[in-house]
Amino acid sequence: MTPQKILFGDNQFFGVNHMSEEKARSQSMKFRDTASIMRVLDDAYDAGIKVFMCTTYDRVGEIAGIVKNNPQRYPDFEFYPCMPYAHKYANSVGEVGIIKTLKNFSPSGVMNTLVRGAVSVVTEDISKMMQLLVDTEMKKFEGVKTPVIFLQNVVTDLLLGLKFYDMLGDYHKYIQDKFGAEAGFITMNLPLLLRVLNEQGIKNPIVCANINKIGFRMCGGIEEYKKVIAQGNSRVIAMSVLASGAIPPKEAIEWVCNIEGLDSIVFGASSAANINNTKSLIDELWNL
Amino acid sequence: MINLALVGVGKMGMSHYAILSAHPEIEITAICDNATFLTSTFNKQTGVKVYKDHKKMFNECELNAVVISTPNSTHFEIANMALEKGIHVFVEKPLCLDPKESLQLSELAKKNKLVSQVGYHNRFIGTFQEMRRLIKAGAIGDIYHIEGKAYGQVVTKPKPGMTWRSKKSEGGGCLHDYACHVLDLMSFVSETPETVKSAQLQSIFSSDIEDAVYATLSYKSGATGYLEANWSDESVRKMSTTITVYGKNGKIITDRQEIRVYLKPKQTFESFEEGWTSRYITELQKPVNFYLRGEEYSAQLDQFIDAILGKDVDVDSSFVNAAETDIIIDEISKLGKA
Repeated sequence: MTPQKILFGDNQFFGVNHMSEEKARSQSMKFRDTASIMRVLDDAYDAGIKVFMCTTYDRVGEIAGIVKNNPQRYPDFEFYPCMPYAHKYANSVGEVGIIKTLKNFSPSGVMNTLVRGAVSVVTEDISKMMQLLVDTEMKKFEGVKTPVIFLQNVVTDLLLGLKFYDMLGDYHKYIQDKFGAEAGFITMNLPLLLRVLNEQGIKNPIVCANINKIGFRMCGGIEEYKKVIAQGNSRVIAMSVLASGAIPPKEAIEWVCNIEGLDSIVFGASSAANINNTKSLIDELWNL
Repeated sequence: MINLALVGVGKMGMSHYAILSAHPEIEITAICDNATFLTSTFNKQTGVKVYKDHKKMFNECELNAVVISTPNSTHFEIANMALEKGIHVFVEKPLCLDPKESLQLSELAKKNKLVSQVGYHNRFIGTFQEMRRLIKAGAIGDIYHIEGKAYGQVVTKPKPGMTWRSKKSEGGGCLHDYACHVLDLMSFVSETPETVKSAQLQSIFSSDIEDAVYATLSYKSGATGYLEANWSDESVRKMSTTITVYGKNGKIITDRQEIRVYLKPKQTFESFEEGWTSRYITELQKPVNFYLRGEEYSAQLDQFIDAILGKDVDVDSSFVNAAETDIIIDEISKLGKA
């Protein structure tokens, strides 16, 4: 499958802004309830953006429920879930420790076995544990389309750094086998990730990375990014194109649309006007 | 190549492992942790040598450097042994619970000519570095008040303690977790406080530890300081730290995303004009070679490695600085309890 060209992101909905705490706070007030998020998603959908690329935090379950229950309104709506919602786990690890966290968040008895001390069982099966956590996160999306399921950059890059390369391959395979979907990988280290995925035998992987004119959070540098994207052996989605607002929108989009080999762009916006402006700019530059 | 080991591969240790393992100058020789679940997973995935006992590891492995991310109460013994063996040491913050031990380690590192660094990673965030630069350059004139605040949602309801982080005897609590970061940053951008004037430690949900810290400080220059840290504040998504410095010619407010500079009428500094100017992390942060959770985590380890390789880098957060912070923390702890 080919990921859609223009995807709608979710940072604006839950108080994330890499540039300003104040902006993040005002956004989190604006999107206090699911209905206010749904209104923006409707604007995006009606503008022709059919994919919502979203973190698997709790409210997303409600949104999936609305889409599922209104098939006439949303016949083509697709979710690209990004898991896990890392803060949930990070806070828990600080509070109760790594093992108890895994136990709390995984539904099966495997973790109970682990906590009782049958270590060999689990280390044989660390991938099994990952599968249980994926299953738990995916429960929110039962009955809706999820053709691509992403691993968040904090996990992708952790596995990359730890050199737990097998687990990237295991995740890729599991998403295909269990959900009939494709795995995607979000990263801040695109050149390194592509090299490793290639070594793991993952052909033409779907990856998502910061790609912006000022090189913000592009490890390896802009030139290296351009080079690996142009090679054409991966499907690359650009995120953080505006670098949280550090680059004026028109300039940012024009720059990114000119990158040879780039497949898709994910962006977030809070108003119909901004959605339509960005969408039509990309349409025009990419002849969509 | 630097042969490096990690003692402790929990939350912080695992993150350090990933960043170090991706570094071209580092060979991870061994890891040590008493959680067999973690060590055997590492061993199976990467083949790294694993130990339960750091003494055994130090005796058996040829090491140049060690990264210690164990419960706070164990830092001294492990770091001391490493320094005695001539190993460069990076230890998670705070350095030690007893400032006498911090000073002892700092002396030993100096005597044995070893690189010593503590994980005060906020020093490597571009906005705080810019704040320090502006203050040192006199952009807002003489400093008369320094305020540091940190909020986060670590303990938001009463719960039985599950880890060392909820036990006072092992160095748990908001003082050693949040407040030390704030103090370190306050010292980084201005100067180290001379004394603690007053302090209160408050348990909001916890039983054995404090969840909030409030303290007033005084500085040699005559400046005053105020510190507030609270890890039971659910209104913030993740730990957020703000430092405000008041000078006779202006004021600077800084968090990890943004630095806001106010200059009095008719005052200018470089490209900063009178009134308010904001600069953002997107333009201030230096890039790193491998990104995990924030540039600062990679940047601090890069500096540790560069210092070991003799690239003429003074580490920003040496045992000397960290020991000064530990002395202030200890004063707050004593005053706050009284």
